[in-house]
Amino acid sequence: MDYLNAIILLLNYIFVPALAYGSQLALGAIFVTLIYGILRFANFATGDMMSFGTMVAILFTWYFQSLGISLGVLPTALLAIPLAVVFMILYMLTIDKFVFSYYRIKKSPPVQLAMVSIGVMFVTQAIVRIIIGPFDRRFFDGEKFIIKANQFKEMTGLNEGLTIKSTQVLTIFLTIIVVSILFWFLNKTKTGKSMRAYSDNEDLALLSGIDPKRVVMITWMIAGILATIGGVLYGLDKSFKPFTYFNNMLPIFAAAIVGGIGNPFGAFLGGYVIAFSEIFLTYAYKKFFMYVLPESMEPNSLIQLLSTDYKFAVSFSILVIVLLFRPSGIFKGKIL
Amino acid sequence: MKQYANVITAYAIMIGLIILVGIFQSWNIAFSIFNLCLISAVMTMGANIQWGYAGLINFGIMGYTALGGLAAVLVSVPPVREAWQVGGLSMLFCIFIIVLIVFSIRYVLKNFQKSKKKNIYIASIIVIGLIILRIVSGPAIHSIEAVEPAKTGFLGGLGLPIIFSWIVGAFFAGGLAYIIGKVALGLRADYLAIATLLISEIVIAVIKHEDWLARGVKNVIGLKRPVPYEVNLQSEQWFIDLVAKWNRGVLDLISTAEGKQAALSQLVIESSSVFVKICYSGLFLTVVVILLIITQKALYSPWGRMMRAIRDNEEAANAMGKNVVKQHLLIFILGSAIVGIAGAMMVTHDGLFTPGSYRPMRYTFLIWVMVIVGGSGNNFGAILGGFAVWFLWIEAAPIALFLINLFTSGLADTNAFKLHLIDSVPYFRFLMMGIGLLLIMRYRPKGILPEKINIK
Repeated sequence: MDYLNAIILLLNYIFVPALAYGSQLALGAIFVTLIYGILRFANFATGDMMSFGTMVAILFTWYFQSLGISLGVLPTALLAIPLAVVFMILYMLTIDKFVFSYYRIKKSPPVQLAMVSIGVMFVTQAIVRIIIGPFDRRFFDGEKFIIKANQFKEMTGLNEGLTIKSTQVLTIFLTIIVVSILFWFLNKTKTGKSMRAYSDNEDLALLSGIDPKRVVMITWMIAGILATIGGVLYGLDKSFKPFTYFNNMLPIFAAAIVGGIGNPFGAFLGGYVIAFSEIFLTYAYKKFFMYVLPESMEPNSLIQLLSTDYKFAVSFSILVIVLLFRPSGIFKGKIL
Repeated sequence: MKQYANVITAYAIMIGLIILVGIFQSWNIAFSIFNLCLISAVMTMGANIQWGYAGLINFGIMGYTALGGLAAVLVSVPPVREAWQVGGLSMLFCIFIIVLIVFSIRYVLKNFQKSKKKNIYIASIIVIGLIILRIVSGPAIHSIEAVEPAKTGFLGGLGLPIIFSWIVGAFFAGGLAYIIGKVALGLRADYLAIATLLISEIVIAVIKHEDWLARGVKNVIGLKRPVPYEVNLQSEQWFIDLVAKWNRGVLDLISTAEGKQAALSQLVIESSSVFVKICYSGLFLTVVVILLIITQKALYSPWGRMMRAIRDNEEAANAMGKNVVKQHLLIFILGSAIVGIAGAMMVTHDGLFTPGSYRPMRYTFLIWVMVIVGGSGNNFGAILGGFAVWFLWIEAAPIALFLINLFTSGLADTNAFKLHLIDSVPYFRFLMMGIGLLLIMRYRPKGILPEKINIK
């Protein structure tokens, strides 16, 4: 019984939250890695692009709510996602046309494109803050919990409760769908293959008749979908605040690099690596050991490897370690 | 002289703008803008050395700035004796352990063949070392933080004049740069950018949460100043005389003696804060001029030529027998040290150290905008960038407000759209920075004052 309690404890405090957080990071990391692999620059506007998409989704959510449209138990924001995606793609294509394409055609070094993306970051951040303000916003509606701690305790008769929020399930579910469609697209369709070819060797791809404009456009479209869905899911699960989204760029970058930048599957797993290690290393295991160990050996300290203040620092340290020992990432991305 | 014409024009316009602020807003604002412009100029010079001279991209500026600020705290705050008594010895022992860990890792690295065994040794040294550190430091930190937590709760500093911290800050930042450089300099450019950005976040996280070091997010306030305090100035006779002399014209217009006295005391209060700011300006200007002379000399020296050669063609420079790795590390340390000076200067100017306020937007990306806009590779350009961008950053809100009122003058004052725009005035600065950066990168990619090297 105690062992069951211990497992439920870990599930409740580590596994479920990390899985949800990891999915959100994974979507962002695939976004970063696609831009890096195909357009060949580190996009510092990642976090702010995600917040732009989320902002549009929130505006539509409010509009639907004012019309009285809702999805019942599901959050209304789900209904807003497709519209937000359209706006996001339009925004990205506009930016690409007026900003990035010039440098791409000129074949500027990647660093210059990264600098330009900082300009885009400033502009996007300004637009988001001017339209929706810098404040914390919650836009979740519908049923909040799938299983509540008390219900779970009653159902199983265990001491430890398991809480599963509907947003967590939604996040994991949507991520699996989006990512599987993406991998199917990249591996099986002709367009996806041409994208991979373009990423692998631009000159050869051009020689074999791949239209670079089309590849770039599709990349931005996929990026728009990923950014919006990732951003909305994060906002539903926690809350929407432009500054937090900007900061999320850092673990997202860490995830993309840890997985091997330019490698979408690596980025996907990298998101979970980062999320799990953040939560594993900062969780206080006292209660866990109280269940597992006999009474005489019970710990009297918190048994916390790192204080929760260092949550972000953990992912960055992992990144540094990966950079030191395996600069191409765990799953062999581009050699950098 | 002719070749400097555009430099002189650009600087004249900049100074003119600041003087305009002095006339139309107030001299107090003008001088605080000027001071922060000078500090920004020091930061941009540091970043410019790395980016402009050597082509190294460093997005960790925030980390070095914070370390400089930390130096200001550790140098100027008087030591907290009680805290040293309860935990000082253990903390010193911790430093000893860290040194021991570093040296044993170096020993393993040097004397063992590359193998799995070596990695295991290193990993176990680190893990065991960390566990010992936790055991030793845990109770010590607890008791240090328990010493008057509302007022101190940290070890304090050395109690020296705060000016010394500018040098110490440089050493702190340089030390960090040495470690980062050893780890990350081999990476490709945009990769290096991300790595340095993340490492600087780690630095901030440590400073924020290690309360025994500098009180963390509880902030250290009331740092000693290198310049007089306003309150003391206001009671000094020579200062009152000076103010009376300076404002003779205004005072003579007032007929009654009482009115004159009241006007004078008002003037003294106002000018005391301006005077303090002028003192700071003098100090900062000295630093900027010294750094400018040194960096200009370096730029035209054989060393500067070598750096440009490395920047423009690494392989060729390497083939000519230049040690690229070593020079990259050196310039990374030098540039970061300059940023560290700026960090210490900033805390000196504010008189307080607030780790929570270090954000990458303000301390990394804005500095980069300054470097790019000003002109990378050109020290005058970098300084001008610091001035222009900081000026715009501060004055963006009034400008935006003016523009909004101009364009929405047809709308009623209660119009929701107009009110919303006026509410979001502070965020127009991001818009201006972004558009400014994009325009400069597109139409003048080398900055306002581009790099010009003419060797006779």
